[in-house]
This record gives sequence, C-alpha cells and structure tokens, in this order.
Amino acid sequence: MGLRLAVSGIAKSYNGDTVLRDCSFTFKEHGVYILTGPNGCGKSTFLRICALIETPDSGKIDYSLDGGLLRPDLGLRRRLTLVLPKVGVFNTSVSRNVAYGLAIRGIRSHESERRVNKALEFVQLGHKKRQNALTLSSGETQRLGIARALVIEPEILFLDEPTASVDQKNTGIIEDLILQMKKDKRTTVVMATHDREQAEKLADSVLAMKDGKFS
Amino acid sequence: MSSIYDSFSQALSLIFHLDAELLGIIFLSMKVSCIGLLVAVVLGLPLGVFLGIKKFRLKGILITVLNTFMGLPPVVVGLFLYLLLSRSGPLGFLSLLYTSTAMVVAQSILAFPIVAALTHSAVIGVDPVIGQASSTLGATRLQVSLAVIREARFGIVSGIVAAFGRVVAEVGAILIVGGNIAGYTRVMTTAIALETDKGNFELAVALGIILIAISLLINSVLHIVQKKGMVGVS
Repeated sequence: MGLRLAVSGIAKSYNGDTVLRDCSFTFKEHGVYILTGPNGCGKSTFLRICALIETPDSGKIDYSLDGGLLRPDLGLRRRLTLVLPKVGVFNTSVSRNVAYGLAIRGIRSHESERRVNKALEFVQLGHKKRQNALTLSSGETQRLGIARALVIEPEILFLDEPTASVDQKNTGIIEDLILQMKKDKRTTVVMATHDREQAEKLADSVLAMKDGKFS
Repeated sequence: MSSIYDSFSQALSLIFHLDAELLGIIFLSMKVSCIGLLVAVVLGLPLGVFLGIKKFRLKGILITVLNTFMGLPPVVVGLFLYLLLSRSGPLGFLSLLYTSTAMVVAQSILAFPIVAALTHSAVIGVDPVIGQASSTLGATRLQVSLAVIREARFGIVSGIVAAFGRVVAEVGAILIVGGNIAGYTRVMTTAIALETDKGNFELAVALGIILIAISLLINSVLHIVQKKGMVGVS
C-alpha cells in the first residue's frame, strides 16, 4: 500500500452526544474495508474524519507514506475522497459533475474529457453524460458520485452507504464496481454499510462498529 | 375616452418614427439604471455571498437591516442624497447634484440591498451537501464558495433582475437628485411625471409603453433562465 492511514483514539461528540469514543484502526494493506454496524453507531462520522473534512475532538489521524508522516494539507486531501450518502450533485450536466474534481486541479480539455468518459463508462453512465445530473435516479446518482470520485484517481476512496437508498439493480452495479476496484488493487476502498451480507461479499476486512468504537 | 385613444395613437407614432427626444430619454434611462445596477451588483453580490457563507456576530442584525432597506422609499433616499450633495452639504464640493452621476448613485443605493439580500437568500438556499461534496473532491475554501455560488446562480440572477425592475421604474430619488433637466438628466420615469403634469400625454404614454415593454422583456428572459435552471443542462 502507498498511502497508509492510522487512526488512534479518536473521539467525537455533537452537542454532548458522543458519536465516537476511543476509536483506533490502522489501514495497512490495499483492499476493500467495510465498516458495518447499526444506524447511528458512528460510521459516517468515522469516514468524514478519515477523509479530513471533519476534525475529531481528540485522537490522531495519521497519514504516512514510506514511513514518513504527511501533513493534513490540501495536497493530502486531494489524494483521498469521500462519496457522501446524499452525493451532492451540482445543477449541471453529468459530465461536468464528473469533471469538477479535475477542473479544480487545473486539468481541463482533452485530458479531462478522456478521464471523464472513462469514469462514466466504468459506472455505466456514458450514455447519460449530457443529461442534467439532477434528473438522474437515486441509483444513478450514487454511480455518478462514484465516477466523480474515481476520476481524480484517489488513493483511498471512502464510500458512505452507497447502496442505502438504491434498488437491487443499481446495488448490483455498485457492488460489481467495488469488486472490480478490489481486483484492480489501485485504490483502497473504505465503505460503510449496515448490510452484513453485502459486507461479507465485498470485503477484504470487515470492521464492526458499535456504540462509537470498533467491537 | 377619445383623448386616451389619441394619446395612444400619437404615442405609437412617436415610437415607430424613432423620435430623437424619445430615444435620448430611453438611452439615458438605460444608461443610469444599468450603471447603477452594475455598481450595486459589484458591491452587493460579494456581501450577499459573505453573509450566506460566513458565521459571525451581528450577522442577524445586518440581514434584518438589508431586508428593511430593500423597501427603502426612493424619495427618502433622494432627500438624504440631496442633503449630502447639495452645495452646503458634506459632499457638495463634488458638484454632483443634478448630474446623471448623482442619479446613478441614488439607484445604486436602492438596488444594493435588493441584490445583497436576495443573493444571501439564494446562497443559504443551497443544500449544504454541495459545499461538503466539493470539499471532499479536494476544493480549496475559495473553490467551495464558488461551487456554492454557482448552485445559487438562478436565485442570484432573479435578485439582480428584481433590482433592475426597481431602479428602472423608480422616479422619486432621481427626480430629486437629477432634477429632470431636458437632454441632461431627464429619464423615462421623470419625463412621464413631467409630461403628465403638462398635459402632454402622447410622450408620457409612449414612454410608459416602452417602460412596460422593457419590464416584460426582462421578466421573460428571467422566466426562460429559471425554467432552464429547473430542468435543463447548463
């Protein structure tokens, strides 16, 4: 594994409600890690903290490369990404949504178009690239979220319940995408789900969460 | 009844013959309102975005003040500006009273709170997940703000159009600070008021028709833009 993530003793609470307590884990190897646990056990908060879009109240998030610790700056943030459960599509075409991550990195024109098309083909949305993203179904929206994340070639991809509000057909497509990523071994996937069966099917490692910590 | 009919037919004749005086008045009206609006947008849009994105003390009070100022009576704005710009006023040395610049300033003051308050509403109406999504994709803070503004674009445009509607139809403030001087500070609304007073209805009606046509055109464009924003690809 290139990028290595060590989470140690993180705690987080919102308005006095403790969501995470003394949560530790080290992601050492490439692969698919699945967080399971009931709703409200802290999976989403854990992912948001790992993806550096939220800070823990206490504890440490250490990213390292070849033994050297990395600073949690924009450069590091751009090597990871998180697909939120609501995705957050922009009111523009599907292809422009996918190109966003490239545009903010200054990648445009042919290179961007090539990568956007490749990502859209991967999630089977190539035929909808000119459509407004707000008109997609919820399953397609999740796939768009994955394409938008993959186009920036993250070293670690965090997925927060990508199949929670998605029909069986789209769940099947998304699971196949994750299995393909598992085979390709280019991206480490850390995914939250409350579906134990799905976890067993996809994971290299299953991490069970309960009451804000790994059990 | 016949005088209304006569006024309309003569007004249409003025419009179709592109009367020079009429054209001059329309041109000045558009110039004053467009520059006034531009100033209001340059100042009001960033303020609206700032209020929508940042959290700070006294923000609530500032928003309440802006919302109140959206309904500022134009004559009151005209009065205060007159006191500031008149020869004995603190800004009298600028010699701006009874110039089109003073009219631009008056219209900027009237449009500014509308642009700022409606931009603020549009920005806070954007789903917070948009900012989070752009952040997860590696956006800087500025890029996150730009993504939120882009999502609010249709609401922001509505605010700008509403502000234009207010200034182009406004008469009280520009009459006081502009003085309605023929060929110099006479615009559509002040000309309508004056010509009506003089009983010279055909020019007043012609200007009235044009004013309503401009308003209709702007609102039609707004409608198309908003419809596109609801469903289309942009």
